Amino acid sequence: MSTEEIRAALADIVNEVAGVDADDVQLDKSFVDDLDVDSLSMVEVVVEAEEKFGVTIPDDQVKNLKTVGDAVAYIERASSAA
Amino acid sequence: MTAPTGTTGRPLLTEQGETYAGILGIGAYRPKRLVPNAEIVDAIDSSDEWIQQRSGIKTRRFADDSETVVAMSVAASRDALAAAGVDPRQVDCVILATVSHLLQTPSAATAVAHELGTDQAAAFDISAACAGFCHAVALGADLVRGGSARHVLVIGVERLSDITSPTDRGTAFIFADGAGAAVIGPSDTPAIGPVVWGSDGEPKQYDLIRQREDWRDVLVADEPVMPHLTMQGNEVFRWASFSMAKVALQALDRAGVTVDELDCFVPHQANNRITDAMARAMKLPPHVRIARDIVDSGNTSAASIPLALERMIRDGEAKSGDVALLIAFGAGLSYAAQVVTIP
Repeated sequence: MSTEEIRAALADIVNEVAGVDADDVQLDKSFVDDLDVDSLSMVEVVVEAEEKFGVTIPDDQVKNLKTVGDAVAYIERASSAA
Repeated sequence: MTAPTGTTGRPLLTEQGETYAGILGIGAYRPKRLVPNAEIVDAIDSSDEWIQQRSGIKTRRFADDSETVVAMSVAASRDALAAAGVDPRQVDCVILATVSHLLQTPSAATAVAHELGTDQAAAFDISAACAGFCHAVALGADLVRGGSARHVLVIGVERLSDITSPTDRGTAFIFADGAGAAVIGPSDTPAIGPVVWGSDGEPKQYDLIRQREDWRDVLVADEPVMPHLTMQGNEVFRWASFSMAKVALQALDRAGVTVDELDCFVPHQANNRITDAMARAMKLPPHVRIARDIVDSGNTSAASIPLALERMIRDGEAKSGDVALLIAFGAGLSYAAQVVTIP
């Protein structure tokens, strides 16, 4: 999957879990500060992303995923390592 | 002289149980003192808005000195027995689930059985934390079907305010007090489905929700303080929302019920956000009524499911004959789920 495809699929998940407009879920956006996704919603996003992309994102890594770009990069790395 | 003959190999007499078991009545006791978020926020530097957004909780109830584990249990049990139309002398066994009866022994259940006026019913406590009530329902149903008891009183009761630190940001706004009870007895039709239950005591999971210190460590400390509950909220949220949604679906499957046939979903009232995430993960259709007692009862651990059931029945959200899915999960980690018919 391309970076843009991962971003778009992640945007759909963020929309479903937190009701954020998918178009707002851009790489430079912070989950907490820009998109108002709190830590519990973030857990839901992560679990949905794990299923969608077939990767594992441990709890202790979630706090490092501050922006949409951080999450997309993590998913790219994790899926290429798999 | 004839040698005495033994009885080696002779089969013993055995019990003959009921074909089917069901819940005959539900009862509740809610402590008198209502505690709004405003009373909680200063000690944890929080706000009413944050607590509601984070958990759905607006108010909860804290027990006073007279509202002991035994007293609350007796009150909830009387309510359940009246609803079931069962006399206390018909109760053969009392199973009480709690983690906050701070007298280690004897059990609270024997005092409850006595105060209710049972005919010296068998009585014992079980410890399965927030999953306690569904464990007790599974045991009660099997006792009735196995023939060890004809009527079993199951109780979930907590005074979590005794073991919650008012300054712990992860738990102070969550935990609360109360008691709920159910009478389980013979039924003409199968009214308690197969239990799906289990545990995960792997060290990391074991520590997710726990009493912080061992009593022996507390008692040798320079300034002994009550060992409070601790919880790693995000990890618990992940486990509860997703792993437990799968368990809930298994319980439906084992009972031969589809999500479309379900009337009521009554999960342990841990956090409204967990309830929301579970309902989403299970793809519950919009017609399913979902228990939301947590909004003004908080998380009462073993008491939360019978409290929520009693509320739904009283409010007309759950009607006699409705099919309800119960799922309870908590420290251990431990969990249990079953489908029941509303009495």
